[in-house]
Amino acid sequence: MDVILFLIFAIIAVVCGINVVVQTHPISSALSLIGVMGSLAVLYLLLGAEFIAMAQIIVYAGAIMVLFIFVIMLLNAGAEAKRGRSLMAQLLGMPLLVAFLALVSYFIQRLYPSTTLVQFGAFKGGTAQNVGRALFTQYLLPFEVTSVLILIAILGAIVLARKELE
Amino acid sequence: MQLWLIPALPLAGFVINGVFGRRFSKAVVNTVAIGSVLLAFAWALKTVLALGETPISEHNFDWIVAGGFRVGCDFAVDRLTAVMLLVVTGVGSLIHIYSIGYMAHEGGYYRFFAYLNLFMFFMLTLVLAANYLVLFVGWEGVGLCSYLLIGFWFHKKSATNAGNKAFIVNRIGDYGFSLAMLLIVVTFGSLDFNTVFAAAASKPQGLLSAIAMLLLVGACGKSAQFPLYVWLPDAMEGPTPVSALIHAATMVTAGVYMVARSFPIYLHAPVALDRVAQIGLFTAAFAATIGLAQNDIKKVFAYSTVSQLGYMFLGLGTGAFSSGIYHLMTHAFFKALLFLGAGSVIHALSGEQDMRNMGGLRKKIPVTFWTLMCAALAISGVPPLAGFFSKDAILVAAYHHAPWMYWVGTITAGMTAFYVFRAMFMTFFGEYRGHEHPHESPAVITVPLAVLAVLSVVGGFIRIPVWLEKFFPAAEAPEEFSLVVISVAAGLIGIALAYVMYIAKPALADSISSNLGGLYRLVYNKYFVDEIYDATVVKPVVAGSRVVLWRGVDAGLIDGLANGVGSRSQGLGGWLKLLQSGNIRSYATWVLFGSVILVVALGLVGAVR
Amino acid sequence: MNGVPLTWYLILSAVLFSLGIAGFLFRKNIITVFMSIELMLNAVNLTFVAFSFQLKQVNGHLFAFFVMVVAAAEAAVGLAIILTVFKNLSTLNIDEVNSMKN
Repeated sequence: MDVILFLIFAIIAVVCGINVVVQTHPISSALSLIGVMGSLAVLYLLLGAEFIAMAQIIVYAGAIMVLFIFVIMLLNAGAEAKRGRSLMAQLLGMPLLVAFLALVSYFIQRLYPSTTLVQFGAFKGGTAQNVGRALFTQYLLPFEVTSVLILIAILGAIVLARKELE
Repeated sequence: MQLWLIPALPLAGFVINGVFGRRFSKAVVNTVAIGSVLLAFAWALKTVLALGETPISEHNFDWIVAGGFRVGCDFAVDRLTAVMLLVVTGVGSLIHIYSIGYMAHEGGYYRFFAYLNLFMFFMLTLVLAANYLVLFVGWEGVGLCSYLLIGFWFHKKSATNAGNKAFIVNRIGDYGFSLAMLLIVVTFGSLDFNTVFAAAASKPQGLLSAIAMLLLVGACGKSAQFPLYVWLPDAMEGPTPVSALIHAATMVTAGVYMVARSFPIYLHAPVALDRVAQIGLFTAAFAATIGLAQNDIKKVFAYSTVSQLGYMFLGLGTGAFSSGIYHLMTHAFFKALLFLGAGSVIHALSGEQDMRNMGGLRKKIPVTFWTLMCAALAISGVPPLAGFFSKDAILVAAYHHAPWMYWVGTITAGMTAFYVFRAMFMTFFGEYRGHEHPHESPAVITVPLAVLAVLSVVGGFIRIPVWLEKFFPAAEAPEEFSLVVISVAAGLIGIALAYVMYIAKPALADSISSNLGGLYRLVYNKYFVDEIYDATVVKPVVAGSRVVLWRGVDAGLIDGLANGVGSRSQGLGGWLKLLQSGNIRSYATWVLFGSVILVVALGLVGAVR
Repeated sequence: MNGVPLTWYLILSAVLFSLGIAGFLFRKNIITVFMSIELMLNAVNLTFVAFSFQLKQVNGHLFAFFVMVVAAAEAAVGLAIILTVFKNLSTLNIDEVNSMKN
């Protein structure tokens, strides 16, 4: 059961990911990205990360992607036109990418033997309660700092965007 | 016995006059300058009178202490030093007094006296030194003062050039001296006179010869012997008191003194001693021939100085050390007198130095005339004046060393008499050929002239060889009457010849000079030695400096390196600049590249673990 | 097999990450590039959660949480910048944002 669920949603995630990269129109890429996030949320659930899964849906797919779509609409971004002109990226990018992927996979295989099996429900520590407790005790300082960070981001966004509207 | 006072007094005079002299009146400057030298003379006299059999020595402070090698600031007075001390301070005082009158109308009055005092300080340090290093300090110092004083009228290009020439040629000699000192340290382990001379007998002759020859190079530079004599005639650009003091009586004798002081080394290196005599004799004859044809009165006396210094070296080289020193003393008297007298003539004629524009001054400046006549007779070796005794002693010693040296020396004596009296006749006899109004010089000038004249006449009776008998090994040759007669005769013949050519038959001089046209031109132009030096030494060095060192090394290599680093950095920067394409995607590619490397590195680390 | 080997999650994460890089390198539209960045961040989140499972700790979840927060802030500011760029250059082509050239 776990395996089937994993495979289905993993394939959805990869296909959507390829779609993100391949599609010409940004809106299609955005929608594919939402698909990726959704399947990732399911995978989180399989890994026992309930809180994170919910946060993923609400924050990532719900807020951030909506923001993206708004901007796409605002800018009236159309489909991409001609080919790119980055020689470096074209020449070296693909080989490097392949190398990267191959290396990482190899190392994963080497270093992490497939002994650990992920079963749904094997890890019960990802509840909101647990996360909250850790957040407000062990990770209190980063929590506060991130709140400041968000504040700064808001300010920055307003300043940047405001100037443009004047 | 405060020996250090002797040089310190003129040094104080230099400091006071040098720092404050600009604000002093002439009277104050005079008092300070001359007072210091007179006091030094008095103290020196006192020291000499107190001198017994043993030398007086004084150790002031340790200068260099380096392991086993020590050099102290040591002064010592023995009989040889005593002679030098009295000559330097005595003649020096007279010349200082003379300068009051001579420099009365010149600018830079206080500066002149300050430099003169500085010179006295260095010269006295040189004479009083008890080791080679302190002597060298004085040696270098007098060279410096010579440069300063020759170029006293620094607005004149010829004067500054002459100063440079003197200093540079001196330097060549100093190079030899320095090498000699290094050799002495290596051989003897010390620069102290007593230590070195006591051990001289036991050292290998080759080393001693090398040291002696190098010392000779130094002496040639300082005492204007061939081939380093070329600076002395040009040094006449300086004021006449300077010519008298430095280039007649004292500084140029430093080389003679140094060789005489080092006699133990020379006695054990007979080859070098022979060279001394040969160089001395050659220079004496060579310079005398040049002096025959010069028209500037100071140049005649300058070449005469070179020639007489050659005599002193001849005396030293033939083993008659005390005769050499004897001649040093008498020469100081009559040569200083000759120069000062020439200065008086020049002063009377308001700056005229060419003898062709003089004449008939006998009646107009009588005191100058009579005192100069004493000097001329003395230098020509006419008995019983001073020059006769000393020159004779040298010639006799030369005969016993090698007879041909005696004959060359005698002929040179004849030439000496000839050119000196040529100068006298051209200047004082006949009709006045110039346009000035000659007037006698003031007392400050004529009194020193008179004193020196007296010394030139009776100075021969100060029997130096007897005084120095115990000091130098007894190598004095016995007098031989026939030799004396011949040399005196040579002098008299010279005088007579000059009389014939310049008073009796004036046209004779011109006809001879035109008949021997080429030879005359050669001698008149000093055998073109300066031109030869210029072409063979000066020009290549200057060309080398300019082309090789300046353009090649300095501008090309060093500047090239410095600028090259700059431009390479710029080039490198220009290269690296290309990485910044402004294209975000290429930046990203670089990041990916870096991360791949990181992954590899981490993986390897993990694999190792 | 009654469970999924952990390595599969990790490899999936790697694949998604590479896809994100590919999008970043090969797309010209700024917004698409941004979305590729988001894709990369998601892949990393997956890795965190996977390891959190393995180590049976909640720390990985916390990390993923913070990543999300930062990604949100970054998205906000980044999009504002994109708006400004569009206002000034009237283009969404990333290759034309090259005033840093040389």
